[in-house]
Amino acid sequence: MSSQMYERMRANPQFQALVTKRGRYAWTLSLVVLALFYGFVLMVAFNPGTLGRPIGEGSMLTVGVVAELFLFILFWVLSALYVRRANTEFDALTEEIIKQASKETK
Amino acid sequence: MRRSIPLLTALGFSLFSALAFAGPPVEGAMEKQATNWHAIVMFCLFVLMTMGITYWASSRTKSASDFYTAGGGITGFQNGMAIAGDYMSAATLLGLTAMVYGQGFDGYLYMLSFFAGWPIILFLMAERLRNLGRFTFSDITAFRLDQGKVRTMAAISSLVVVCFYLIAQMVGAGQLIKLLFGLDYTIAIFGVGILMMVYVTFGGMAATTWVQIIKAGMLLTGGTLTMLLAFSQFGFSFHELMERATSVHKLGFKLMTPGGLLADPVNAISLGLGLMFGTAGLPHILMRFFTVNNAKEARKSVLYASGIVAYFFNVILLMGLCAILIVGQSPEFFEGGTIGGKIVGGGNMVAMHLAKAVGGNMLLGFMAAVAFATILAVVSGLALAGASAISHDLYARVIKKGKASDSSEIRVSKIATIALGFVAIFLGILFEKQNVAFMVGLAFGVAAAANFPVLILSMYWKGLTTRGALFAGYGGLLSAVTFVVLSKAVWVDVFAFKAAIFPYSQPALFAMPIAFLLAFIFSKSDSSARAKSEIEAFEDQYVRSQTGFGSSAASSH
Repeated sequence: MSSQMYERMRANPQFQALVTKRGRYAWTLSLVVLALFYGFVLMVAFNPGTLGRPIGEGSMLTVGVVAELFLFILFWVLSALYVRRANTEFDALTEEIIKQASKETK
Repeated sequence: MRRSIPLLTALGFSLFSALAFAGPPVEGAMEKQATNWHAIVMFCLFVLMTMGITYWASSRTKSASDFYTAGGGITGFQNGMAIAGDYMSAATLLGLTAMVYGQGFDGYLYMLSFFAGWPIILFLMAERLRNLGRFTFSDITAFRLDQGKVRTMAAISSLVVVCFYLIAQMVGAGQLIKLLFGLDYTIAIFGVGILMMVYVTFGGMAATTWVQIIKAGMLLTGGTLTMLLAFSQFGFSFHELMERATSVHKLGFKLMTPGGLLADPVNAISLGLGLMFGTAGLPHILMRFFTVNNAKEARKSVLYASGIVAYFFNVILLMGLCAILIVGQSPEFFEGGTIGGKIVGGGNMVAMHLAKAVGGNMLLGFMAAVAFATILAVVSGLALAGASAISHDLYARVIKKGKASDSSEIRVSKIATIALGFVAIFLGILFEKQNVAFMVGLAFGVAAAANFPVLILSMYWKGLTTRGALFAGYGGLLSAVTFVVLSKAVWVDVFAFKAAIFPYSQPALFAMPIAFLLAFIFSKSDSSARAKSEIEAFEDQYVRSQTGFGSSAASSH
């Protein structure tokens, strides 16, 4: 019974649309996070001097500290963006797909 | 966070050196701590409150689903607090503050590495975990594969992770409580072990979660208060704080420059991978995804958890920097009163001294109680995860082949919890004088190399078969353990050989590819009929993982 449901959902073009859209969004965000994080780690390993420089004349803030604070905030903001879109747009689409598949059962 | 070799080595060393030199000065310091009535009273209040919650939870814990996942009725925010609580142990508060105090930038870098795994877990895993899992993460890996073999493998690696983690926590707990409360090591270990057994056996996941939530709230309150009081001494000016801190710190302006921590790129990447994917393979963290109702709440949990963790790490940065001046310039916090000498109670007491300096005995007492509560909460989460691996995976699914009744499954998990509690007490006492730093590295390494590859492949790769999963799981486990044994933390520090055979502190960069490669080779070459049907079964699993249709929800009971 539920296998039939899965079969019908899979056949629904909206399911393919959901999977493609959400997958693309999730992977794009993941790649941004991975690239920035490991880029930063490599920067620490290969070019620590740049990160230790103050951001301006007489400033006590270094480039590295500002960059890290930025990454903390950015990663969290990206998470918030994903949750917002997934919990509204993607979940609504998912509900719709399940509803359509259940209707066909009757 | 507790979990990495360099940090813990540093932590371990400061603790152990403090004990090794236990002459009259340290004894004196400990006696001083013994009169810490504020801490004892506040800790007793915490225990009373959590016992009340356990009593309440026990009346609601009837089915297996109640026991393992609090009936799935935890909200996203509550679960976010609990996950953050699981993730922020006593070593986070004490060890990372000490690391910023000593090394500045490197401490901050470490915290970023601990944090960066969360967005990845959210984007790629949270939803599928919730949609496919029920009680343990092996529900997902065994979804379409051979239940008996795959669950046995997952239970073994879960238990390995839990046991190593427990040892590290128990030994740390004993040392810490001895220092903070002046209690005897053995009494402290028994206290932690017994309280943990009470929470888990009577209250199950509901009690464990609420203990974690309360503790996370206390940790956030205490940390924020200490930070604000300390930072106010510099007029809340980061400029002034840094100007004065760099003028007195031995690193000078280099304080905010990358130091030696990640100087070697291979080690840096391996550590980053280990922290990131180790987190995504820790059984007690994964289990929390099943306590919420649906994928929506699971996503929210991660968002709240990562927000709390990110916030707290930045609080710790400020605490560590303020401590450079407030603690580092006060003779009273140094043995013999010599500034720059040995810190009273060891290096990881910096956060506690800071609390005392800015808030007196009241705040010190509160922070000490928080540290104790933290250990208790983390140990309880671990014990529950270990007990579930035994009762749900091994007993109900492997031995009884899914025919165990709810009540017998719960009974087995309670027995398993008590057994694990005694194992933890026994190991805690056995390892008292050992350097247990490597245990945490081992736990993370095994989680990243044995649990994570099988879990992620079972969710994403259609071609994974039972044979591939078994080779990946056991291969990852074996290689992670081997690399850690051959690394400096065990080969040199424990076995006292001259040089380490494996030159890096984290095995992830090497052990993870081995696991993935084994999974690929042995799945691809698997031409059995069983493999064919497993690959076909992926289609239904895939639709369920994407839509959540058919997943176990709280409303199911």
